[in-house]
Formats: sequence, C-alpha cells, structure tokens
Amino acid sequence: MKPLILLGDEAVAQAAIDAGIAGAFAYPGTPSTEIFEYVERHKPSDRSIFTQWSSNEKVAYETALGMSYAGKRAIVSMKHVGLNVAMDAFMNSAITGVNGGMVLIVADDPGMHSSQNEQDSRFLADFARIPCLEPSTQQEAYDMTRAGLALSEQVGLPVMVRIVTRLAHSRAAVVPGPRLEQSERPLPTDKQRYTLLPSNARRHWSQLLGRWEQVERGLWAVEGNALALRGEPLGVIATGIAFNYLMENLGDAPEASTLKISCWPPPMDLVRQLFDHCEEILVLEDGYPLLEGGLKGLLNSAPRPVHGRLDGALPRTGELDPAKVRAALGLPARPAAIPAPLPLAGRPPALCPGCPHIDSYNVLNEVMAEAGGGRVLSDIGCYTLGALAPFEAIDTCVDMGASIGMALGASKAGVSPAVAVIGDSTFAHSGLTGLLDAIRAEAAITVVLLDNAIVAMTGQQDTALAGERLIATLTGLGVGPEHIRVVKPLRSRHEENLAIFREELAYQGVSVIIPSRPCIQIRN
Amino acid sequence: MLDIILAGVGGQGILSIAYVLDYAALSAGLHFKQAEVHGMAQRGGAVQSHVRLAPGQIWSDLIPAGQVGLVLAVEPLEALRYAHELSPEGWVVSSTAPFVNISSYPDLSGVIGQIAALPRQVMVDAASLAQLAGNKRAENMVMLGAAAFLYPFPPEAALAHIEALFQAKGEKVVALNQRAFGLGQGASSIYREAVEAGLSAEQAIALCAHLHPGEVEPGAAARWAGAMLADPSMPWPTERVPATLAAAP
Ligand SMILES: Cc1ncc(C[n+]2csc(CCOP(=O)(O)OP(=O)(O)O)c2C)c(N)n1
Ligand code: SF4
Repeated sequence: MKPLILLGDEAVAQAAIDAGIAGAFAYPGTPSTEIFEYVERHKPSDRSIFTQWSSNEKVAYETALGMSYAGKRAIVSMKHVGLNVAMDAFMNSAITGVNGGMVLIVADDPGMHSSQNEQDSRFLADFARIPCLEPSTQQEAYDMTRAGLALSEQVGLPVMVRIVTRLAHSRAAVVPGPRLEQSERPLPTDKQRYTLLPSNARRHWSQLLGRWEQVERGLWAVEGNALALRGEPLGVIATGIAFNYLMENLGDAPEASTLKISCWPPPMDLVRQLFDHCEEILVLEDGYPLLEGGLKGLLNSAPRPVHGRLDGALPRTGELDPAKVRAALGLPARPAAIPAPLPLAGRPPALCPGCPHIDSYNVLNEVMAEAGGGRVLSDIGCYTLGALAPFEAIDTCVDMGASIGMALGASKAGVSPAVAVIGDSTFAHSGLTGLLDAIRAEAAITVVLLDNAIVAMTGQQDTALAGERLIATLTGLGVGPEHIRVVKPLRSRHEENLAIFREELAYQGVSVIIPSRPCIQIRN
Repeated sequence: MLDIILAGVGGQGILSIAYVLDYAALSAGLHFKQAEVHGMAQRGGAVQSHVRLAPGQIWSDLIPAGQVGLVLAVEPLEALRYAHELSPEGWVVSSTAPFVNISSYPDLSGVIGQIAALPRQVMVDAASLAQLAGNKRAENMVMLGAAAFLYPFPPEAALAHIEALFQAKGEKVVALNQRAFGLGQGASSIYREAVEAGLSAEQAIALCAHLHPGEVEPGAAARWAGAMLADPSMPWPTERVPATLAAAP
C-alpha cells in the first residue's frame, strides 16, 4: 500500500478505521484531539461509523463500552487528565470486560506543553489491570492500535494505547494495512457478566487476576519489544518513544545492550535476560519512573544498580529528549554554534485580538476592583489566559468544572464576592453538577458563563450546550430567571455590562451572567 | 541529511512550510519526521516545528540539540530563539520583518545584528517580497524559497507541493505562492552573493531592497556589492532594478 503522511494521532485513527470500528468517541484535549477529528473526516462512505464529540470523557468511555457490549469495535480517545474524569468507567470496565474490541487511546503530555500536570497513564492501566501498548513511532501507533483491537477481543478486556505529545503531534510516512470488515459479535446473554453487584464483581475480579498471566502472554505477543545483547556492561531499557532518543545516540555507545519495551506490564523474561547479561541498568521512560521504581523495589533490592529518573541520571520531571538521554549515557554534549540560549523576550500565548473574553475580563476586573476583595475561581479554556498580563483576572485554574464547586466552597468560607468563570463547553463537561449543589446550598456566588458557541481552546470543536439551550438548562437546574443575565461582551457595551455585573455580584444567591459572543476564530 | 527548525509566531503559516517539506521529501524518496506544536501555543505565541530529512531511518522526532542544520524563521526574534540548537555549520535563514505582538519586543536593528553575528545566515524581507508576489500572507512561502538552496531535493519538488497545498483555492493562489517561493529564492541568492563579496549583513539587506529578485543572474549582486564597497555614497536606484548583469553597475 502507498504510504500516508500522518501525525501519530492520525495513524491511530487510520488504524481504527482500517480495523473495522463502528464508532469513535472523544472529548477534545491536546494532544489527543486529532484522533477523533481524523476519524470524523476520513470515515469511508461505504461503511457506518458513528462519531460524536461527547460531553466529557466519562460519557465518551461509556459510549464506547456500550458499543463494545453490543458486539462492535470502538475506540475512545482523550488526553491524560481526561482519564481522571473517565476513571470510574475505566476501572470497572476491567471487571466487566468487553465484547467487541475496545481500545482507549490516552495521549499523555510529559513536559506539560498544554496541561495542568504530566501524569503517566501507564499507572492507571496497571491500577485497573488493563493491558497497555506504548508505540514509539507513527507506524507502531498504526500497527499497535490494530493489534490492540484484536487483543481486546482475544483477552476480553479494554486495551489502552498510550502515546505522548511528541508522537501524537509528529508526522511521518505510515504504510497502512488491508481494511478489515466491520465485525459483529453476538450480544452477551450472560447478565451476570456486566452487572457488577458485589457478588458478581468479586467473582470477576478474582477471575481477572487468575487469568492475568494469559493476558500478559497475549500482550507480549504483540510485536514491539526487542532485546539486543552486546558487549558493554551497560544495559539500557527504553519504553515507548524514549527508545528513539536512545537510538539517536547509540552510534556513540554502540556496545551498550538495549531492550525496547512497548507495553505494560513489561515482558519480564526479556528484562531478566538483560539483567543477567549486564552489570548496570539505565531505564529511560518518557513519563514517571514506573518501570524504574518497580525494578528497584521498595527495598532497593534489584540485583544490579538501576539508574534513571530516581537517582538523578535523568531529570525527575519533564519530557525526555535526545540531549537528556545522551547525558544519561555518559556521552559529552554535541557542540553547538553558540553555547546557551540567548536571553530573549518571551512570546507567551495570548487571547486573540477581538476575542469576546477580553471584554468580559475588562468588565470583571473593574467590578472586582470596586468590590475591593473576593476571588475569581476560574476554569480551563481560552479564558485561562486571563491569568496572564494584562488581565491577571483569575485566581485559580485546577480541573474542568472546578470553578463552580470551588466558588461554592469559598463562599461558605466567607469569600465575597465569590465568582466562578467557566466556558460553555467546560460547563457542559463538569459544571452542571456543581451549579446544582450551589443552588441547593443557596450560595452567594456569581457564575460568569462565557458562551462563545464553541470549544475554542482545542481548535474549534462543537460545543454540547450553548445559546438558548444553555439558558433553558440553567432555568431547569433552578437558577432564578431574573438572575440569568445575558450580556454582549463588546467594548461599546462596557458601561451597560458593568452595571449588570455590579447588580449580580451584590446579589446574595446564585446568579449566572452569560457573556455571549462567538469566538472570532470560528471557521465558516 | 538536513535537520530543520521552523520558527515563527502562531498563525504565520509554519505548518504550510512543513507540509511542503514533508511531501517533497517523500516524493524524493527520503525519510522524514516532523514534530509540530498544537494547542495553547498557537494563540499568538512562539511556535516551532522540527523537520528531519534523511536518506535512511530517522529515530528521534526531536532534533538533537547542536545538530540543527537550518533554522528557517518567518520572524527574526523567533530565529534567535533556537540559535543555540544550531550545529557549528548550521544556517539561519530568517525574515527581517518583525511580528510585534508583545510590549517587550526588542529593538529590531539589535535583533538583525544578533542574527548577523551567527556563523552562516541569510536574511530577506519576507513581508515586502510577499507583497511583491501579490499577498502579504505569502511570507511563509517566501521563506520556504529563501532556504531552498539547502534542501536535499530540487526546488521543482517544492513547487509541485506548493501547487498541491493551494490547489483547492484556485490557480491564482497557486501562482502567487509559487511566485513568492521564487522571490525568496532570488533574494536569498542576492544576499549570499553580496555577503560573499564582502558586504555586511545590513548592507546585503539594503541591497536586496533595491534589486528585483524575480530575475537574478549570478554575478550581478557581486557587481553591485563591489560598487557599494568602492563608493559607499553611491545613490540607490529609486525602484527595484533587475538583478541582471546588464543592469548592474
Ligand atoms: C479533563 C479535561 N479534558 C479536556 C481538557 C482540554 N481542554 C482544556 S479547555 C477545554 C475546553 C474549553 O472550552 P470552553 O470551556 O468552551 O472554553 P473556550 O476555550 O471556548 O473559551 C478542553 C477541551 C482538559 N484540560 N481536561
Ligand atoms: S480562539 Fe476564540 S475564544 Fe480563544 S482566544 Fe481566540 S477568539 Fe478568544
């Protein structure tokens, strides 16, 4: 077949299409967004593939699980922190197992290029007892997604494919395989299987642990692990994309033994062979030191010295790169044209000129200054850039939906005014329940619900709740209609909007102000 | 083998440059990897892309520090941001047209001076050349052309994929962008020839502003450079003159 030029994300998506999925589900999040977008844009017209942006990752996961339950193949994709939201469904799906092949693609973000943390999803795969594949190249992203769907059916479990930003957002030529028919398995008839009453769950959990070795054998049969024993006393284990950084430097350390690992749990027979052959082990993981910590053990009882992030051979945080791996191998840095970065003015991201959020913050800053106290509990979206100069308008940003719950808690601790700032998509994702609680608590909070009609931060995806439906939802939740204030965030309406913000900040109950104007980047 | 960092500001069209490089490399039978930046940084922030081209297997998606053969920048301050990643033999090919969206933007002549101090550089005014091609937005294609002398494939391969990239927007847009590429190539060769002939970077930039890079004959820029060095007070032509031997002093 002719090679295609694909991002790592797109390679995953193409593989899922070719492996006969009947559905793809996701909530946007950098660096995973392009997986779903590719399936939506490239699904062949001669087959039925259902695609819909979900309201959040938990719903996305459950939708895929439902499709798998019904006997069809499905994928679900999200960024690493999205899996926290889907965690309940994820953990329990290991206990129910699956019917049609189901692959979860999680895109981790070591180095936090666009995330609140750099959590490593392999821990969650381990925690749930869900096998995990970790490709190192775009071609492997393709091959392992296909293999993952087959493995999922073979072992009756969801399979996680873990990628990182540098693979998700890097392009290379990928040779696709033949397109499979969309398979169909009969609906499950065993009602106990998917009903996690304690009596069933106990049985399934011990069955899962009982057949775990068989799951591992299936996982290790997927191509991707490779051991190369050579002359030097040093053995290097590299997982996922870290293997590329190792190979980039191996020309200068050609006698080191290497073990490429592309899955979790790791292939322990290969690890043992490396330990037997070498005197010292270096572990390279683009993430947390999961394997390294395991090999060392709590008692530091590994049969050979193990180096990596835990003993400072590599930095404890951040993403790996060829230079860091080079240093860990004990090789001198490559000489560069100039020795160090030049001291330059930074160019941080900023709200687009003309962005509606700018006008909202200009009003909010003025009324907060007048109030002379209080706090603005914010959320995640383009408006988080309001934390930076010139606005410096917000005091917090924690996780999607946190603004409303935190405003509720802060108000009950005496903070006044307590203002939540949240976007339309984030509100649909995780804000509704917090607002319901605030109403029941009769809290004195003002929610500034920025309706720009789109999920802007991640590149303009459809939003689940905006405009009239958003207002109807607020009324339905119990916000007093006289305290739902729709304003137009425009420079020319500044004075008018100030008056409305003042009124609602003074109100000692739940009020919602909706600055409503489309994001200027919306494509026609 | 060529390892390239593409540099610019979100919205300047870095990914279009990458598209042409990727497809041109594939069609020339080369291997490539190209890492890019999506997400938050695209909102007017500094953006870069690593493009690696090689005849054989490429491992890392990121270019090892100290191994960059070309920093190709659509914006001069952004060119400097990656200077420390250049190999000792590496080139900087940069636009001189600043994109000022920060209050702390430094003095432009200082920025140009810092680029000039790097071992091997080419500077062209992508903004005015894009205008000359017919649209200010073609700055990225001007820069793609300005670095074409370093690519491990012929310029025709780039031109073919510029066509593929803009096909959907019609013939005129294709022609405009191909013209921008050609002007970048021309201006780049004028600059290099002028510096070779002894002009400073600043003088070479000034010379480029007075010659038409649409028609470039080898040796013409060197003749202008010789004349400038012999008589620094030489009056400049008021309009761009062809960079031909016939029009040279
Ligand atoms: C759990 C989780 N999922 C996804 C993301 C990625 N993400 C950050 S902001 C955002 C959406 C923002 O949309 P909205 O609230 O409407 O604000 P806008 O960007 O449109 O201003 C997404 C999807 C995340 N940070 N956390
Ligand atoms: S993308 Fe839209 S919402 Fe985000 S900063 Fe730009 S205009 Fe504002």
